[in-house]
Amino acid sequence: MGALNIVTYVFIGVGLFFNAVGSFGLNRFPDVYTRLHAATKCTTFGSMFLILAVIVQSASIWVMEGALSSQSVLSIHAIIALVVLLITNATSAHAIARAAHRSGEKPARAVVDDLEGKDIND
Amino acid sequence: MWLPAAIVMVVCMLACIARIFIGPGAPTRLAAFDTTNTLVVALMVVLAIMFEQVIFVDVAIVYALLSFIMTLYVARFIEGKKF
Repeated sequence: MGALNIVTYVFIGVGLFFNAVGSFGLNRFPDVYTRLHAATKCTTFGSMFLILAVIVQSASIWVMEGALSSQSVLSIHAIIALVVLLITNATSAHAIARAAHRSGEKPARAVVDDLEGKDIND
Repeated sequence: MWLPAAIVMVVCMLACIARIFIGPGAPTRLAAFDTTNTLVVALMVVLAIMFEQVIFVDVAIVYALLSFIMTLYVARFIEGKKF
């Protein structure tokens, strides 16, 4: 139990650090693309590690209590939540970036826009 | 060990909600909203093991899927296309 508790504390620390970095970058960067870059990747990574901490803790309680523990449902459903979060976050970040570029949002202090005038079909 | 983690998550969420209110333009607000939704999902899973309520994780899964669909629709709306 001691080693698993240490692993859980390390996962919680990493997750909280990356979540804090993500929301700090969302408030400090100059335009929408850099904000999206900071917020989406850091927040996905941090939430992944927080859910992994929950999975480690509940799975250790499940192993300790036996097969009919109520922690089994929590562990398996947390794995499902992790997979759903990993799939949907990347897709929605891509959709936001594409919508921002097509609605005419310019990057701050940009000299050259490489996608200027190109009509990219779906 | 879970209560300080939940408090730090709520502080991060308040920072993202401030960016929703002051952010210039619709795409910035949508990015901040998506970040807030991700933090809400992680917070719900943490609260599930804190209060030992398994139903919170199911709520988190459904919240993640619904917020994903909402983000896609609002992105299409900002893009200016018809659905």
